[in-house]
Parts: sequence; structure tokens; C-alpha cells
Amino acid sequence: MRPAMLFVDVASRFRSDIKVSNGDTEVDGKSIMQMTMLAATVGAKLKITADGVDAEEALEALRELVEVRQFDES
Amino acid sequence: MEIKKGIAVSPGIAIAKAMVINSQDYRIPRRAILPSQLDVELKRVRNAFASAISELKELEKSKSISESNIKDIFAVHMRFLRDRSLRKKICDLVKKDLIVAEYAVSVTLREIASHFASIKDAYISERATDIYDIEKRLLKQLIDSSNQDVEHITEECIVVANDLSPTQTASFDRRFVKGFATNTGGRTSHTAIVARSLGIPAVVALEDVSSVTDVGATVIIDGNRGVVIINPDEETLAQYEIYYEDFARLEHELDSLRELPAKTRDGVEISLLGNIEFPEEADIILDKGGYGVGLYRTEFLYLQSKSEPSEEDHYEAYLKVVEKLKSKPVIIRTMDLGADKVVHDNHFQVEDNPVLGLRSIRYCLQHMLLFKTQLRAILRVSAISNVKIMFPLISNLQELLQAKMILRDVMEDLDEYSVPYNPDIEIGIMVETPSAALTASMLARECDFFSIGTNDLIQYTLAVDRANERVATLYSANDPAVLRLLRNIVYDASKAKIALSVCGEMASEPENVLLLIGMGVRTLSIAPAMIPEVKKVIRSVTVQHCNNLARQALSMNSKRQVSNFLRDAAIKILPEAF
Repeated sequence: MRPAMLFVDVASRFRSDIKVSNGDTEVDGKSIMQMTMLAATVGAKLKITADGVDAEEALEALRELVEVRQFDES
Repeated sequence: MEIKKGIAVSPGIAIAKAMVINSQDYRIPRRAILPSQLDVELKRVRNAFASAISELKELEKSKSISESNIKDIFAVHMRFLRDRSLRKKICDLVKKDLIVAEYAVSVTLREIASHFASIKDAYISERATDIYDIEKRLLKQLIDSSNQDVEHITEECIVVANDLSPTQTASFDRRFVKGFATNTGGRTSHTAIVARSLGIPAVVALEDVSSVTDVGATVIIDGNRGVVIINPDEETLAQYEIYYEDFARLEHELDSLRELPAKTRDGVEISLLGNIEFPEEADIILDKGGYGVGLYRTEFLYLQSKSEPSEEDHYEAYLKVVEKLKSKPVIIRTMDLGADKVVHDNHFQVEDNPVLGLRSIRYCLQHMLLFKTQLRAILRVSAISNVKIMFPLISNLQELLQAKMILRDVMEDLDEYSVPYNPDIEIGIMVETPSAALTASMLARECDFFSIGTNDLIQYTLAVDRANERVATLYSANDPAVLRLLRNIVYDASKAKIALSVCGEMASEPENVLLLIGMGVRTLSIAPAMIPEVKKVIRSVTVQHCNNLARQALSMNSKRQVSNFLRDAAIKILPEAF
């Protein structure tokens, strides 16, 4: 739950639409309900797309959270 | 049409629209709404989210929430509550299926929870409980607001609920409530007592009546047979309208006894008093030909508002009753609540076993200010009326002595300010614990009257929770153990030459009226609505016959044997009462 929370918090800082997909399912990256329903476990491959004025910054911030900081979990 | 069978706890027939009250931990029923109600329902969803968010903010601020994992949980809840797509999903469901907000919230969140629960990863599947918590948070907002609606009932209705708490029954506008139907409860549960004292029909132990009844559905309550009919067909409805008329006629016949004395056939007068919960009920006592108030329960004062009642609140409530009763006796019982029910007590600690805990007189003796406030008000009223004071749940002599000492303190205070009161006010106790019954001779020397509270006396003697359906069959006024205690109390009271009355449920059951008269009881305090019927019983018997019945009953060794024996005897004397 905490990673989803952190992800939603970061995504919500941006104005762009942010979508996350896991296989065929695509959800709103700003909705904690949809993100938790996506139920990605460790090792799942997620595709993140952003569309809007600050799309690039958004993607960079989310990459930082997921790949570099690894949700501050390690 | 749906027919449900339960336990009849208060006689009569009522036909009216249902007012359904949900309770927090209960299954949320699927209820349809009309398209015209859609906007209201969507607004309820939005409001529920908004109030849940502000409630959560308050909780986060409170000092007790310092543990970080709890903070994390709250943070997750907050994000769910702020999630627009969650709110949209719920609103969409309300629109699509035209259902109430509660149901849409419940379905949506349970769907999410079950999705979580189905995932193999233990960490995620355990998160389902978080979702249930969020569901509870939202439902609480929705249900709290609809419970407030109950206080604003403006048309005749039948209250349908899981169970009714004293707080809820105290908040009803009693002019409009025509009957009760509840999922749980028994003959002596709170709902039953209130229904009987209001003289409205009630059926309890209906299992799921509150979830199968739609708000506004027509409901028939048959409090004589213990049946509730939801959405009756035309034929049934017409049939019940006839029953209703018949019952009203019977009531009317009993009312003709009003002016006649409650005297046995051999000329012994029995005092019939009424038990009341609210000041307004004093009218019913007079209306039904009762002689006074044998038990004025004062708990409603503590339950009605969120703050402790002031001396004036007490005084006004007592004044209302004594003004109606004039010089007739009014026995005011001091506060008889468990600590768990005293809403404004911020220091309340959860007890494992509240029935045996800090309650009633025990609570009062530890909360001197609260107790003295009530005593002052009672004493002030005593200056202008025939009130008596009664201490509940006395379980040893020291408690009675201590309570009397506090009463004397309050009298001295009043003297200092020259406030008038009756210095010879009669002081009595409820005999409702086995220890009081066994030491009745000691207690009798220190008070002016006994009132036997049979409901609690039976519960404590037989160690049976009268509201627990699984053991309720063990609860009986006719158990040999109860009869022996009763005999002891009556004997000790008469030996000490103090007054004695019986104010429990058994005093209004025809067969037990015979038993009590036979044991030497001459004052009964009962639900006002029952006065005519009990008077009819009294007028049909002789004391001599009752004495014989009581003697034989006391020689029997099982409650069933006693019950059957008394019932047979009562049917012979008064067939129409059964």
C-alpha cells in the first residue's frame, strides 16, 4: 500500500495525465484505488505514460521514485 | 408480502410505514431509490466523503495517534477518501442501479477488498482490512446522518432496527412511533420495556427484519402473535384492519374498569402503580386508572443530551410528573446506568463485564457531584409533592448507609440556603441483587420501603443474560431459586413493617400476579398500559385462592412445573387473558 501511496503522491504533483499499465490493464496513476487494484508485486513490469504540459518532468520524477529510490524500501 | 415470526413482547396491532434504522456493524441492505431522489443520494455520497475526511483529520491531530504504523494507515485512508475515481465509481453505481448511498459504498469497497483478498501476495491480500475500515468510515457518516433523521420523524411509522439503544428510544418523538420490530432482543430487553410502557406493539428477535424491510414499506406488527408482515397483500391488510378494530374495542372495554378499585373478590385492595421512563407517560398512568408512579426511571436525562444534566434539567423533569400526579406518590429512582452508558464521562474505562461493573448506585457513590445534583433536584421537588427516593442496585448495607449520608449532606446544603424540602422524605431501595435479598432484614431497618426489581434479581440469581437468546430459556420468574428469594424479601419487609412493592416485568404477567398476591405482595408497579388488564386479574381472584397457589408453587422443584401450574390456574380464573 505504501508504494502505491508514494506513487500517487508524486504523480499528483503534476498536471499531466499519468497512466500506468501492467499487461493489458491500464489505470490512472493519480488514483490510489486504481493503482492498488493494479496489484503489481515485486518484479512486475509497469509501463508509465504521461501526457500533458509537464509530462517529461512527471516521468522523470516517477522514474526516480521507482528505479532510483525504489520507494525508499531498500 | 413477507411474513416474519419473532417474539411478541408488547401486545397490540399497528399498521404503518417502516422507518428503518441501520446500526454500524450490520449488513447494509440493498434499498432502491426513485429517480427523483438521485440528486439527494449523490449529495449524501459527497457529504459522506467530506465528513469522513474531516473526521480523519481530527483523528490525526489527536495526541494518541503517535505510532507511525497507525499514521501510515490513516494516510492510506486519507488518499482513498480523496480519490476522485473512487467517489465517481460509487456515484456511478448509485446512478446506474438507483440504490441508496450506503449500499453503493458497501458494494464498491467490498469489491475492491475482495480483489485484494484474492491476490496471492500475502502483503497485498492483507490490505483488504484497510479497505473494510474505509468502508466503515464512510458508512458511519451515512448512518449517523440518517440516525439523526430518526429524531425528526414527522409522520406515523413503525421503527424497524437491528436493536434499539436507550439513546435512540429516548430521542424518538413518541407521538409518531406506532410500533417496534427488531432483529434481536427478548421479553425483557430495552426495546420491549419501552414498547410496553408506551403501550405500543413490538415484536423482537426477528433475525433480519431490518435488512429485508425497505424504508417506507407498509408494515403490520402483530404484537399478540409475534408476527411482522412486510408489504402485506390487500386481503391480509383488510384482515388486519379488522383485528386492529377488535383490539381497540377490547382496550376500550378494559378502560371501563378505570374508575373501579383494584380489589380482590374478597375485598383486599391492591395498589397499582405505573413504571415510567419519560414525564409524558405519567398521563398514561392516570388515564389507565393507576394510583401513582411506582418507578420513575431517570436515565433518559443522562442519555438525551451530550452533556451532564443540570439540577434544573432534573427539577423540570420531576416537576412535570408531580404536577400531573398532584398528591399521589411518585417514586424517583436515582441514576441506574452502567459507566459505559454515561456518554459525557470522558474518563470511562472499558470493563470486561459491565453488568457486574461500575454501574448504577456504585457509579453514583464514586461520582459525588453527579449524584448530589440529582438528589438536590429530587429534594426540591419533595417540598411540594409526595415524592419518594429510591436507590437502585444496592448490594450491601454500607452502600445504603453511604447513599443516605450523602442525601443528608445535600439536605444540610439546602438548609444553609433555606431551600425548602421534605425532611421526612421516604427512602427506599431496589432489591434486585441476591445479596440484598439475602440481607433484606438488615437493609429493612435502614429504609422505608423495598421495591423488588425482578428483572435484575432473576438475571443475577440465575446468572442469565436475559437478552441473550441462546440462554434466555433459563431466565424465569418461576425458578424455585427466585421464588425462595422473593419469599424471603416479603417476609423480612413485613417483619420490619416497611412498605413493599414489585416493579419488575413479572408484576404484569397475569399468572405471576396471582403468585405475588399469594406471597403477600400488595403493591405492584407495572407498565402503565398494563394497568387495566392487571386490574381485571385482581378483580377476578380471592386472596385465599392466591395463597394456596403460592404455597403449592413454593413446594415445586422446577420452573417448568411452577409455570405450568400457575398458567393452568390463571386460565381457569380468567380464560380471556390468554
